[in-house]
Amino acid sequence: MQTNTMKGKRKAYIATMRILMWVSTALTAALVVFLMGYVLYKGLPNITWQLLSTKPSYLTESIGILPDILNTVYIVLATLVIVLPLGVGAAVYLTEYAANKRIVGMIEYATETLSGIPSIIYGLVGMLLFSNNMGTCLMAGSLTLVIMNLPTIMRTTQESLKTVPQSYREGAFGLGAGKWRVIRTVVLPNCVDGVITGCILTVGRILGESAALLFTAGFAHAVNGIVDGLASPGATLTVALYVYAKEQGEFGVAFAIAAILMIMTVLINLSATLVGKYYRNRRSI
Amino acid sequence: MKKNKQLENIVHGIFLICGLITVGCVLLITIYLVISGIPAILEIGLVPFLFGETWASTAAQPAYGILPFILTSIYGTAGAIVLGVPVGFMTAVYLSKIASAKVKSVMEAAISLLAGIPSVVYGLVGMLVLVPAIRKAFNIPDGASLFAAIIVLAIMILPSIIKVSMTALDAVPKEYEDGSLALGATPIETYFRVSVPAAKSGISAAVVLGVGRAIGEAMAVMMVSGNAPNMPGLFESVRFLTTAVASEMSYSSGLQQQALFSIALVLFLFIMLINATLNFFMKRSKEG
Repeated sequence: MQTNTMKGKRKAYIATMRILMWVSTALTAALVVFLMGYVLYKGLPNITWQLLSTKPSYLTESIGILPDILNTVYIVLATLVIVLPLGVGAAVYLTEYAANKRIVGMIEYATETLSGIPSIIYGLVGMLLFSNNMGTCLMAGSLTLVIMNLPTIMRTTQESLKTVPQSYREGAFGLGAGKWRVIRTVVLPNCVDGVITGCILTVGRILGESAALLFTAGFAHAVNGIVDGLASPGATLTVALYVYAKEQGEFGVAFAIAAILMIMTVLINLSATLVGKYYRNRRSI
Repeated sequence: MKKNKQLENIVHGIFLICGLITVGCVLLITIYLVISGIPAILEIGLVPFLFGETWASTAAQPAYGILPFILTSIYGTAGAIVLGVPVGFMTAVYLSKIASAKVKSVMEAAISLLAGIPSVVYGLVGMLVLVPAIRKAFNIPDGASLFAAIIVLAIMILPSIIKVSMTALDAVPKEYEDGSLALGATPIETYFRVSVPAAKSGISAAVVLGVGRAIGEAMAVMMVSGNAPNMPGLFESVRFLTTAVASEMSYSSGLQQQALFSIALVLFLFIMLINATLNFFMKRSKEG
């Protein structure tokens, strides 16, 4: 009898846990499907050529998101150009040079801190540091994003630098190469995958960022070339979504932007996975 | 040879500077926040600022009490954790231990997608689906409330919780589980009574990471929480620390703007505390 009740209790425990796990996983999956489906269903019909190729006009009372698309491209390019050398340089320093444990610890602690700071604080500091000195413009936003994304580039580069076999370096040193030559010819070419993954993740993060850009890059909708664009205020797609939804009640346009962002997110995740797979396969050969 | 040596030194120096940039950034952020956040606190007084119950920054007799924001941020985060952690934890155990490789890879892609969705998109869907649903379900005049924010935050922290917990659960040595199975425990008992306790530190880190995400989120919350500086109530229109900064920054000046910087400083201190806790659990998890 005693063993029977124990058995019942055990069975109930197992059944409960099993059901809870199924329900939770199903809920998570359903959330993703719902969000994806709802945004695409609401947004795709609103994406028209006119929306994509014009700027907002009071004369024709139409809304176009061309300036926001261009601003997003500019800010992504400007951020990557600055953050890549800095991030890769920092990663190389940590894996190839740093001998002093305290410096390494300090840098790693700082990097972790940076990745934990919420974007609204970056926005505020970016406003104080950059926008107050150079005016509200895409460049100020992009400098803010540089600080935000340094940890990402550093981490992915560092991870791929760690997979460069020590014997490669020793071989090159043995042939009489100096440290810089080894880094240039042996180490850097082997960390391309980390750099590419870092770039993809950074692009994703910039596409999704809004709080850090609201006060640094502003929310104008003018069509500019890249040089003028970076020097003047402008909204990226996410900021434009926020303004259209929250302040102007233009939900059709907001959903169209949301659908575009969703599709971009899928593409970015897909390419990050593919790049990872491609380089893993090449390594294992 | 001497020229080479010089080049090496210069290159070393350049890389060192790159390495130290993150340290410089953290210092810069801290210094800027402290310098711009302190004056308003001094002027208002620390106690009235932190524990004042009314925020009326644009009134004729302005009041700068941020207790409503602090409490809202704490309640909102706690609510998101209460809803999000059980779901995320159970999903992580299922995916890490039971799911087939195919289900696991599909769900991992889905969770990455969930993590990649911009916060304004969460805000938009919350604004148009969740807020009206809450208004109807609970028969209140406006659904934009703390409750709506809690649900949105719970969904937004799911990916971090699932991913970090899964990493910890995947790292549990197979021998532990084999031992438990050999002693007659069923697989599910093994996962929950052996694997989960073994991955305790990693799972705690996942929860702390979730807390950090939730307390720092601004835009999505701004779109669903109503944004009135009330003391928190589940169905009240409320303002978080993050949204307090974001909603007034564009038109503020003088003491009002300085007070916003002080709010940011308070938020920053919260985040530093959470980061320190996170580091603690991460280290323990690595040491196993």
